[in-house]
Amino acid sequence: MTATETPAATTVLGSRLLRKEDPALLTGEGRYVDDLVVPGALWLGLVRSTVAHARVSVDVGPALDAPGVVAAFTGDDLLDAWAAPLPCAWPVTEDMKAPEHRPVAAGTACYVGDIVAVVVAESRAAARDAVEAVLVDYDELPAVVDLEEAAEDRVLVHEDLGTNRSYTWELTPDADAVERAFAEAAHTVSERYVQQRLIPAAMEPRGVVVVPAPHGGEYTVYSSTQIPHILKVMLAATTGVPEHKIRVIAPAVGGGFGSKLNVYAEEVLALALARKLGRPVRWTEERSEAAVATIQGRGQIQHIELAADAAGKVTAVRVRLLADLGAYLQLVTPGIPLLGAFLYHGVYDIPAYSFSCTGVFTTKTPTDAYRGAGRPEATYAIERAMDALAVEVGVDPAEIRRRNFIPTDAFPYSSAPGLVFDSGDYEPALARALEMVGYEELRAEQARRRESGSTAHLGVGISFYVEMCGLAPSRVLASLNFGAGGWEAATVRVLPTGMVQVVTGTSPHGQGHETSWSMIVADRLGVDPDHVEVLHSDTDVSPHGLDTYGSRSLAVGGTAVWHACEKVVAKARTIAAHQLEVAEEDLEFSGGQFQVRGSPDRAMPIQAVAFQAFLAHDLPEGMEPGLSAQVVWDPPNFTFPFGAHIAVVEVDEETGRVQLLRYVAVDDCGNQVNPLIVEGQVHGGILQGVAQALWEEAAYDGDGNLRSATLADYLVPSAAEAPSYELDHTVTPSPTNPMGVKGVGEAGTIGAAPAVMNAIVDALSPLGVTDIDMPASPHRVWSAIRAAKEAQQ
Amino acid sequence: MIPAKFDYVRAGSAAEAIAALGEHGDEAKLLAGGHSLLPLMKLRLATPAVLVDVGRLDDLRYIRDAGDQIAIGALTRHHDLETSDLLAEQCPMLRHVAHLVGDPQVRHRGTIGGSLAHADPASDLPAAVLALGGTLVARGPDGEREIAATEFFTGFLESALAGDELLTEIRVPKVPGAGWSYQKFNRRAQDWAIVGVAAVRNGTTGVALVNMGTTPLRATAVEEALAGGASAAEAAERADEGTEPTADLNASEEYRRHLARVLTRRALEEAGA
Ligand SMILES: Cc1cc2nc3c(=O)[nH]c(=O)nc-3n(C[C@H](O)[C@H](O)[C@H](O)COP(=O)(O)OP(=O)(O)OC[C@H]3O[C@@H](n4cnc5c(N)ncnc54)[C@H](O)[C@@H]3O)c2cc1C
Repeated sequence: MTATETPAATTVLGSRLLRKEDPALLTGEGRYVDDLVVPGALWLGLVRSTVAHARVSVDVGPALDAPGVVAAFTGDDLLDAWAAPLPCAWPVTEDMKAPEHRPVAAGTACYVGDIVAVVVAESRAAARDAVEAVLVDYDELPAVVDLEEAAEDRVLVHEDLGTNRSYTWELTPDADAVERAFAEAAHTVSERYVQQRLIPAAMEPRGVVVVPAPHGGEYTVYSSTQIPHILKVMLAATTGVPEHKIRVIAPAVGGGFGSKLNVYAEEVLALALARKLGRPVRWTEERSEAAVATIQGRGQIQHIELAADAAGKVTAVRVRLLADLGAYLQLVTPGIPLLGAFLYHGVYDIPAYSFSCTGVFTTKTPTDAYRGAGRPEATYAIERAMDALAVEVGVDPAEIRRRNFIPTDAFPYSSAPGLVFDSGDYEPALARALEMVGYEELRAEQARRRESGSTAHLGVGISFYVEMCGLAPSRVLASLNFGAGGWEAATVRVLPTGMVQVVTGTSPHGQGHETSWSMIVADRLGVDPDHVEVLHSDTDVSPHGLDTYGSRSLAVGGTAVWHACEKVVAKARTIAAHQLEVAEEDLEFSGGQFQVRGSPDRAMPIQAVAFQAFLAHDLPEGMEPGLSAQVVWDPPNFTFPFGAHIAVVEVDEETGRVQLLRYVAVDDCGNQVNPLIVEGQVHGGILQGVAQALWEEAAYDGDGNLRSATLADYLVPSAAEAPSYELDHTVTPSPTNPMGVKGVGEAGTIGAAPAVMNAIVDALSPLGVTDIDMPASPHRVWSAIRAAKEAQQ
Repeated sequence: MIPAKFDYVRAGSAAEAIAALGEHGDEAKLLAGGHSLLPLMKLRLATPAVLVDVGRLDDLRYIRDAGDQIAIGALTRHHDLETSDLLAEQCPMLRHVAHLVGDPQVRHRGTIGGSLAHADPASDLPAAVLALGGTLVARGPDGEREIAATEFFTGFLESALAGDELLTEIRVPKVPGAGWSYQKFNRRAQDWAIVGVAAVRNGTTGVALVNMGTTPLRATAVEEALAGGASAAEAAERADEGTEPTADLNASEEYRRHLARVLTRRALEEAGA
């Protein structure tokens, strides 16, 4: 695919169409897993370790005596239920060390929340009571909580592995160049940043229902998942139930943020026990259960060094990461830090590059994908470090960025770590954001306040991100040893009455695919978007697909829909030409009509063509009846959206409280199918990124207990905390796909945390503060101010 | 999420509620708005065998002019307080404090009686009633008695109420035109205070502290200093005297003490002390 100009604008593409999904969701008609009525279903209750690391002996006997209890199993009881352990699909290196991960731990529990027994009961309440009746004897082992200590291997999480270090993954294309750059640098900065662990806290907790067919042998699995297709394959692999006997349906799914891009113990347990007991089995996660039982995000310690010349032009970046994997490897745990591995130079043209990441086991909940997955971490490190460099060189943070931007004429840009950035035009986005925020006036106001000795410190923080979206070209995934491809499938069917069905392999859980896909079809086929139905998230209805994560759905799945439409139009054109008795070249297709050029009265709407295709009375020789097409699209490259975010904060020196006064974002996700949906993604994304900067932290004590297991302690922001977003965008279409789209699901989250933290550090720089760990709680900010003041005395 | 098994009794009157408490003894708990009790039950930190629901005793839901006091029925919702015209005129601080409790859902369910009876040192209304020098009315099998707010909070989540007593009314003085301030320091709008300070200047100045110990507290050292002629800033320096704040995810003990001093100064300044 070569450069594409903006597709011929129709009224629908680019319009702010209200989301089709919303009326049902807003009126409570959405059916989530827990809403499903399944007569006769048994409930699972999971007995979870209350100790981070212990040899356990479990007696389920007392639970069996409890009312309503049907069965109870220890890990040992279920050893023969598994054809394979829980899957990790991303062995990032040849020698990666992976502990065996059984759905129910047998012998040793390795984190608080690790399942040590399972009870099955006639009701949810009975299951919950029975969980309390199970006797677990803990023979405590030392917990391994601190990431740097874990890397030293003094205490092992898994004795049999002999080390806590699962892997070290390196990417240094030219080590000598990096050495040289640092040796010759006029300026260097060396920073250490901590990415705290985050709890994804999707509005809907996880849940699963497995219904065996009345006559056995087949299973319908309803799961609150982002990945019904991948889950089906993995359920077959772990339980040994043949894949063609499993149907996975993701009903309405209330958010995932990556946390439902996984294969969980509860899902495979529900299937295994439905098979064993011959009855439907279900489970719905409790909120504080979710805090330990669902994967967590981030969890890294980052060392980043920059070398620069006298003018502040960066010549090399060197990054060393420690990544907290948690106790086990979930579906893509080890690969998450590596999704950022290529982006530590950010939007800057940095010729020498060195990256290395060591993944380390700890006795905590496993980590895995969380909105942005690797890219927020990378953006945070480079954007914080660029601010540090600006201070070192003595230039404005906006100016240091301008001096280093990849120039617009360099696209497609081959980056030092080996990617090809499809398109970009960074200066205008930054200029627009600075203009919107009134940068010069803010700096003047800041200077005035500083002069007056005010204790209400004003700070302005810039972050400029680029992300890699549209996961992913299958060949690239192969080079990363990822256990799947990156293609996506779509089928477009024009039904006999002219209504259109789209079958997509993506699996929306809040993103609005039904609306966006309808708009693409409406644009291509010239039909009313309300005449399009999008079918998804059911492996029987949509047998081919790779689901929804990594801002891939539009750029890959939407493009598949686009191509399927093109195929439909091509076939329809042949039929129309045949019936109108003209050559295909003489037909013009627009507004849903095949029009004979120069003869305004000779035309055929696509709906009529569909009916003719259905009748099959008069089709061209050898043509198959029906008007439908299937396309599987494997993208040639990633897409590279970008944007400039600016946060304005006020920090109260006396209390350490940070107030986010303003938030400006200028994002560029290429062409926008529906700006309303784009804005929704940006709003939520920004707040999630701000939340990492100011509020959220999965805080563990030294014994490996999660201290923030409820939503009173884990501070997910509400509408009251949200800033008034001041948004704009630029449009730099992607040449990677025909619509020129890029993806925007993670952008806000990626841009926001560094913008806010840069603003806080900027505010407090006169006091000597150079870094604060996230979240910048009042207590932490106050402590940092105090420490800086003491150091200056 | 799933509480342990319990029985449920709906009281049709205060007398029925008191009788039910007498019958079930320690096993029973009153249920008002449920917004403190039910979360504890769902986490199985509280496992009462019987819940006696007083939530529908609408005759205990009122805000009345009672001479030089305002009388508030124990079952009055936070939302009733935050929208009360009478409070706006006669005791605006209480109205303001009610508005800062939790979120709209919490304010529509939670009751002032439940909030005081729960005696959570982190709650807002107890400190407000303390600073105002309010009085609580308890009804038991032997009739009614009055308890000064200063005598009411006896320990962590413990009050002077007997097991078979129902809190029926809260009385606060009318303080039209008095200077006041409520400083609630938290990280999200819906959260409990990390530290809070209530100050009312009505002749003398009443100051109460939120989350600075096991109970809601009067800042007696501050009150004494002010009575002795100290400036707001001087008096505020003594805000943490005699307190025993705890450490948690949001604050160390030291930071809480610091906040108490800063917030007290701000409260006193705002109240015009
Ligand atoms: C998300 C959330 C946020 C919150 N935020 C805040 C906040 O910011 N500030 C704040 O102050 N509070 C907050 N709360 C607590 C809220 O104000 C509660 O409503 C209040 O503390 C208790 O009132 P209730 O009517 O719900 O009592 P219940 O939960 O019904 O009862 C609490 C206790 O008091 C007893 N009780 C209730 N009524 C009586 C009575 N009349 N006589 C004797 N005993 C009685 C009960 O037996 C129980 O032990 C929050 C609650 C939630 C769920």
